[in-house]
Amino acid sequence: MTPQQIRLIIAAAIACLVAAPFVLNPFSITLLNYIGIYSLAAIGLALLTGVGGIVSFGQAAFVGVAAYATAWVTALNGYSPWLGLVLAVILTCSIAAILGFVTLRLGGHFLSLSTVAWGLAIAFLFGNIQGLGQHNGISGIPPISIGPFALVESRQIYFLIWAIVVAVLLLCYNLLDSRIGRAMRALRGGNTLVESLGISAFQIKLATFVIAAFLGALSGWLYAHLGRFVSPGPFEAIMGIEYLMMAMVGGAGSILGGVVGAAIVTLLKNAVQDYLPLIAKGASGQLEIVAFSALFILFLQRARQGIVPFLAGFLPELKQSRPQPASPLPRREQPAPGTLLLKVSGAQRRFGGLVAVNNVSFEVRSGEILGLIGPNGAGKTTMFNLLTGALRANSGEIAFAGRSITHDQQFHIARSGISRTFQHVKLRPRMTLLDNVLLGTYARTRTGLLAGALRLNQAEEASARYEALQQLERVGLGDKPFELAGNLPLGNQRVLEIARALAADPTLLVLDEPAAGLRRQEKLKLAELLRSLRADHLTMLLVEHDMEFVMSLVDRIVVLDFGSKLCEGEPAAIRSDARVQEAYLGGVA
Amino acid sequence: MTADIAAILAIDGIATGAVYALVAIGTVLIFTVTRVIFIPFGDIAAFTALTLAALDAKQLPGTVGLVVVLACMACAMEVVSLARAGELRTVPKAVLFYLVLPLIVVGTVWLTMRFAPPMPVRIVLALLLILPISPLLDRIVFRPIADASVLLLLTVSVALHFALVGLGLLFFGPEGVRTEPLTSMAMEIAGVHVSGQTVLILTAALVFSGLLFLFFDFTLIGKALRATALNRTGARLMGIRPARAGTIAYLLGSLMAGVSGILIAPVNTIFYDSGFLLGLKAFVGAIVGGMTSYPGAALGAFGVGLLESFASFQSSTLKDVIVFSLLIPVLLWRSLASQHSEEEVEE
Repeated sequence: MTPQQIRLIIAAAIACLVAAPFVLNPFSITLLNYIGIYSLAAIGLALLTGVGGIVSFGQAAFVGVAAYATAWVTALNGYSPWLGLVLAVILTCSIAAILGFVTLRLGGHFLSLSTVAWGLAIAFLFGNIQGLGQHNGISGIPPISIGPFALVESRQIYFLIWAIVVAVLLLCYNLLDSRIGRAMRALRGGNTLVESLGISAFQIKLATFVIAAFLGALSGWLYAHLGRFVSPGPFEAIMGIEYLMMAMVGGAGSILGGVVGAAIVTLLKNAVQDYLPLIAKGASGQLEIVAFSALFILFLQRARQGIVPFLAGFLPELKQSRPQPASPLPRREQPAPGTLLLKVSGAQRRFGGLVAVNNVSFEVRSGEILGLIGPNGAGKTTMFNLLTGALRANSGEIAFAGRSITHDQQFHIARSGISRTFQHVKLRPRMTLLDNVLLGTYARTRTGLLAGALRLNQAEEASARYEALQQLERVGLGDKPFELAGNLPLGNQRVLEIARALAADPTLLVLDEPAAGLRRQEKLKLAELLRSLRADHLTMLLVEHDMEFVMSLVDRIVVLDFGSKLCEGEPAAIRSDARVQEAYLGGVA
Repeated sequence: MTADIAAILAIDGIATGAVYALVAIGTVLIFTVTRVIFIPFGDIAAFTALTLAALDAKQLPGTVGLVVVLACMACAMEVVSLARAGELRTVPKAVLFYLVLPLIVVGTVWLTMRFAPPMPVRIVLALLLILPISPLLDRIVFRPIADASVLLLLTVSVALHFALVGLGLLFFGPEGVRTEPLTSMAMEIAGVHVSGQTVLILTAALVFSGLLFLFFDFTLIGKALRATALNRTGARLMGIRPARAGTIAYLLGSLMAGVSGILIAPVNTIFYDSGFLLGLKAFVGAIVGGMTSYPGAALGAFGVGLLESFASFQSSTLKDVIVFSLLIPVLLWRSLASQHSEEEVEE
């Protein structure tokens, strides 16, 4: 498919939406209104859960905060619904920011459990606060007015609701295709990956969390002014899981999935309410929730992918054009060859009683390739993690380019010019090669959240895309930039990681066992690539197991054994060193 | 607040905490063995109370229907999956385990009911009826996705809880129940009135946690469960089937939840949906123990009981808000205390 065809489809869809209220009966329009309102909350969850990988059971609480906020402003205090919108958004986003600030450092399921906790706590508040009508709720909420027109009928508010939904969809698509959006899409790859790119995982998570709450707030505001009544019921825990169901059924990784999921769940619920009484008289209320939960469980067991990604698999491939030459991104000033770049002095790291790295010191000078080798358990990986900030040293000092980075966070270290690759390849398999490399340019670009969503900074985006393409070409992967990274063989995935690291314009490239798991031919190609990088005066630190690979490539070698530095020198000297032979071969006969 | 009131609140809190502790220990047990955060445990406790109340009233408890329906579903699923795997020889065994055994339990209850059995027998019957539910749910809901991420299992678990609430309303009706007290004794300890029920709750909590401890340390099955909890693959290599270990964990956990349901039924009015809050509060306790430590979970549960007791004195309407809000600092503390390995990634 070409971009023109996609634009045509979008235009047709919008035309259908505009025409709908003139053909449909009032009941269907009301149904569409609710679908639109639920869509907004579900899109927020699709961003948070599907894109960001943060499963939240608390979305209903955010919708509720906004609905109650606008109800309080308009029905109880008599102000305009637009003031209600402002307060609803500010209140919801502030609460989300505070909750996110406190909980987003939690790992995996603990984070989701915390969403259950605050979701319940907020839902209990609605029913128990005196000023908010307690369990009776608040009635008499005025309709939204645009100028002199009050949106009283469902046919009237329909246009407002769906205009917001369409705008949100477009903005979210733009956002996900921008610098910040790519960082969000990388979140599921884990904190270490994200931070190694110079991205603060916490900031991106917080941004995603607040955006999800913001969309929940829009949903809640519309909900209150559509139904003209709020009560605690629609914001309870069960609704939280219903939103989750919408997002996941539609396809959690996809923004459009939020709308599709909301439509399916709402229509299904409607159908269940229509048909269940025919099957089981008198018990339909109970069975409804059972049928729903059972369907959701069945879905999670059988078809986790969701509908939109499933259907998208049948569409013809999107034709994308290769990035065109653009003004280059700013480059870092590289230190003169031979100057001291990295200095590790007396680094020590303990795990309980085990000293994994014990009083290790070495230096890396600009322009050289240093190999860090040692037998299994020598402490290579721990040393590597200390350098990149994944672990903190218990004592000792690590200085990079004349500045101590001993206590820096991972993303600070990455930003100061150390780029890394991973022993177990960490790519985003569902993103294209180009997008994966674009992740590397994050620290060199500035486009913010709003600018990304509104496509305001296209010049920088073009520069970044061209830079990414150039790095792909530099490592020899330039022929298919729109291939998915997951489709590459392991050897090329390693190479792609190097391209991503290069896109950050590093002063020091640290490679964690780049030859591990590669076949002989792949190793030779990799060695060739690294040599060509050295020819460009790039400084490299290589942690490696494969002696042959290291010997033929590096300028100097540091040997670790049992956590301590054994010796240091040129490859030939290391090869003939008796201590090294003993460490590797267990004693020379 | 005077010292007297504080003492009364403390005793009340400890009793509630003991009930939560039983459920919390069950939650930890299931989580460590199967990685499922089994939210519906509270429902199991509530269903036990409702079953006992029905037996007291000489009615056939709704649990009977629930067990029969679940047994048929589980049996059908097991037979189909066995047939697909070409293991037809094991079908009779599967039918015995998933269908006949639960039906025997149901039949026993149905027969015994006609003789108007005394209280202790009714309690045993209620526990017997509740025991098959969790293992059957495990077979139907969790076994097909046993290797999924903890997050997905949690999502399924939350959905399952809502399914159970609906089923609870269907099988037990909307009326709340309160069973007759197990004992009418009362005593004075240091000038504070302590009911026999409180003593009973504490004793039961201690006895059952003690039994669980003995089971883990002195039986082979117990050791197999611990092995599965530590390392599923390793346990499998040693000939332990994680699925079977899971079933045993669910049975044990249900027993704990069932006992807590029976203990709380004379003190609180129990509705079909009372389980959610009971389960979640026990669960807050389990999280204090990091979802892995039994003593930690028990202590956490007592903490929640005490907190709830004192919070309800300050503001009875907001006590739940207070309890759940406090989970967040606890989670923070846990996540700082435990070193997280890189999170699971699911594409």
